[in-house]
Amino acid sequence: MVKKTADGLILLATLLILSTGTVFAAPPIKIGGLFSVTGPASFLGEPERNTAQMVADQINAAGGIKGRKVELIAYDTQGDATKAVQAATRLVKEGVVAIIGPSTTGDSMAVIPVVERAKIPLISCAAGIKITEPVKPWVFKTAQNDYLAVARIYEDLVQRKMTRVALLTVSDSFGSSGREQLKALASRYKITIVSDDTYGPKDTDMTPQLTKIRSGQAQALICWGTNPGPAIVTRNARQLSLKIPLYMSHGVSSKKFIALAGDASEGIVLPSGRVLVADLLPKSDKQKKSLLAFVQEYQKRFKAEGDHFGGHAWDAMMLLKGAMERGGATPAAIRAQLEKTRNFAGIGGVFNFSPTDHSGLTKDAFVLVQVKGKDWVLVK
Amino acid sequence: MSHQILQYILSGLSTGAIYSLIGIGFAIIYNSTGIINFAQGEFVMLGGIMTWFFLSVFQLPLIAAMVLAIALSTAVGVLFERLTIRPLRNASPLILVIITIGASILIRGMAMLIWGKDTHSLPMFTGSEPLTVAGATLLPQHLWIFGITLFIIAVNRFYFHHSISGKAMRACSHNRRAAGLVGIDVKRMVLFSFAISSALGSVAGIITAPLTMTSYDVGIMLGLKGFCAAIIGGMSSGIATVVGGLLLGVLESLGAGMVSSGYKDAIAFIILLLILVIRPQGLFKKAETERV
Repeated sequence: MVKKTADGLILLATLLILSTGTVFAAPPIKIGGLFSVTGPASFLGEPERNTAQMVADQINAAGGIKGRKVELIAYDTQGDATKAVQAATRLVKEGVVAIIGPSTTGDSMAVIPVVERAKIPLISCAAGIKITEPVKPWVFKTAQNDYLAVARIYEDLVQRKMTRVALLTVSDSFGSSGREQLKALASRYKITIVSDDTYGPKDTDMTPQLTKIRSGQAQALICWGTNPGPAIVTRNARQLSLKIPLYMSHGVSSKKFIALAGDASEGIVLPSGRVLVADLLPKSDKQKKSLLAFVQEYQKRFKAEGDHFGGHAWDAMMLLKGAMERGGATPAAIRAQLEKTRNFAGIGGVFNFSPTDHSGLTKDAFVLVQVKGKDWVLVK
Repeated sequence: MSHQILQYILSGLSTGAIYSLIGIGFAIIYNSTGIINFAQGEFVMLGGIMTWFFLSVFQLPLIAAMVLAIALSTAVGVLFERLTIRPLRNASPLILVIITIGASILIRGMAMLIWGKDTHSLPMFTGSEPLTVAGATLLPQHLWIFGITLFIIAVNRFYFHHSISGKAMRACSHNRRAAGLVGIDVKRMVLFSFAISSALGSVAGIITAPLTMTSYDVGIMLGLKGFCAAIIGGMSSGIATVVGGLLLGVLESLGAGMVSSGYKDAIAFIILLLILVIRPQGLFKKAETERV
């Protein structure tokens, strides 16, 4: 009872300070971050952590949020659900008002009970559909659902009048989630899956699978994985002179893929967030401003290509910033304001959250891109 | 269908050739020291990644980059023996095996810090236009893999059967104490065995990197597969391990193509278990009495 009163007093005091402006040096707003900076999912966590820190610094350089600085407290989950839960618990104890991340679906599912108990909003950077379906009051996410990418590919197949596809997916969580969605959506687009093969994340030769696919009835091949597997598939397909078009997932939408797959990547089509083709977008594109701001700043600071993984953290930070500017820096107010976010044009797409939708994106979040002359071009 | 099977077999043989080279590395060290060197896979990684490093960062020509990478990997192997195996030569083989596992984690971690977590590709040695052989396709790089593997096996055989130090190494593998008594410097032979197998591992890493690409963590799986090859071959440093590697590669490839791709790695490890349980002396060797 005493503690509750004390909490209430602190809250009151905070509100008073906020309402009187910045006469006193207000304490910083603590934002938690959970990213898999090391371990197997480090290709997600590293750009996300970098980006979150970059945005936090930008907010502070511009005077903070209503005069209060933000302080990012980021922990490494190493892609390990147990460590993610420990880190989330620590963040709750340190009094963060919201948490960004974790980077993977497994970690995110594991920390959801922690944030729900503590009543702190979580903006996950992972793609798994389970995170926000069914809707959980305190959980949001910025990464595009896999099925949006699948829908983009299937639409293109329908347009090219192809109905029989072969699947080749990696046997890790990214690949199996993609495989699930590819199978689930096939009937809606009247597509038949004629073969369904997998490869291991560390496999070095996929010619056996491709030989089998070559002799089958497929009109197109969809490969779902993250580097380097798809690059090996691409090279193997070239070696076997596989004639059917090759589709990849958004898991390889970076220049790195073209560098690894080399000449063999020419003509490959994949769904991607707009960040890959930011400079090719028409001026009328709603996201163009955000995209260029992100890409240029990331390049300046980290001397590397800003990718859509970093973009998930950018979106999460910006959504938080917007929510805090509108409603104040308490967990409950942030949650309420996040849910009211409309038409926020970020990196992953244009977000429209509602009480029944906490992922906020439609399939317009993806564009189809193709490799032409060792670079990406938009597919009309 | 026959085209397909030929394709599976050719793909399998090229992967198998790599397993063989790595397997021979395991066998050479096992025969001279009685330990399984689980860091063997890391030399495969070092070969590939250092070639990439010299090629792209120092802009050296491919040949020079390869020679440097092999030399440096060999140096790491020698250093590894000097720092960990020799000071503990009286420890039991189990302890030494655990040390090699520790060393492999250390080497992998340092490679990650030095060269980062990215995957890198090497250019093909000669061209990337596929060749057609009776309906199956091969890359020129596959021919390089076959050629270099054959060459190394031939040199290996010559060394172990026709040179003094090779014969001395075989003597050590048969009976260390007796070899010592007739004046063979056993310690030096152990050092040699580490040098040779790290060099072999790095060559395997280099010739395969243009096809499979390389990164700091490619060594684990390749190391295990090479270990399987050596077990099938009964830890022989000759032709039996080569056949073991090729068999493994072909079975994996046929399994992935004709049964299910999900079982590819399972095939290797089921073979490993079967051999260890049913014929621990290897597929081709007659059962023999304890060596020591």
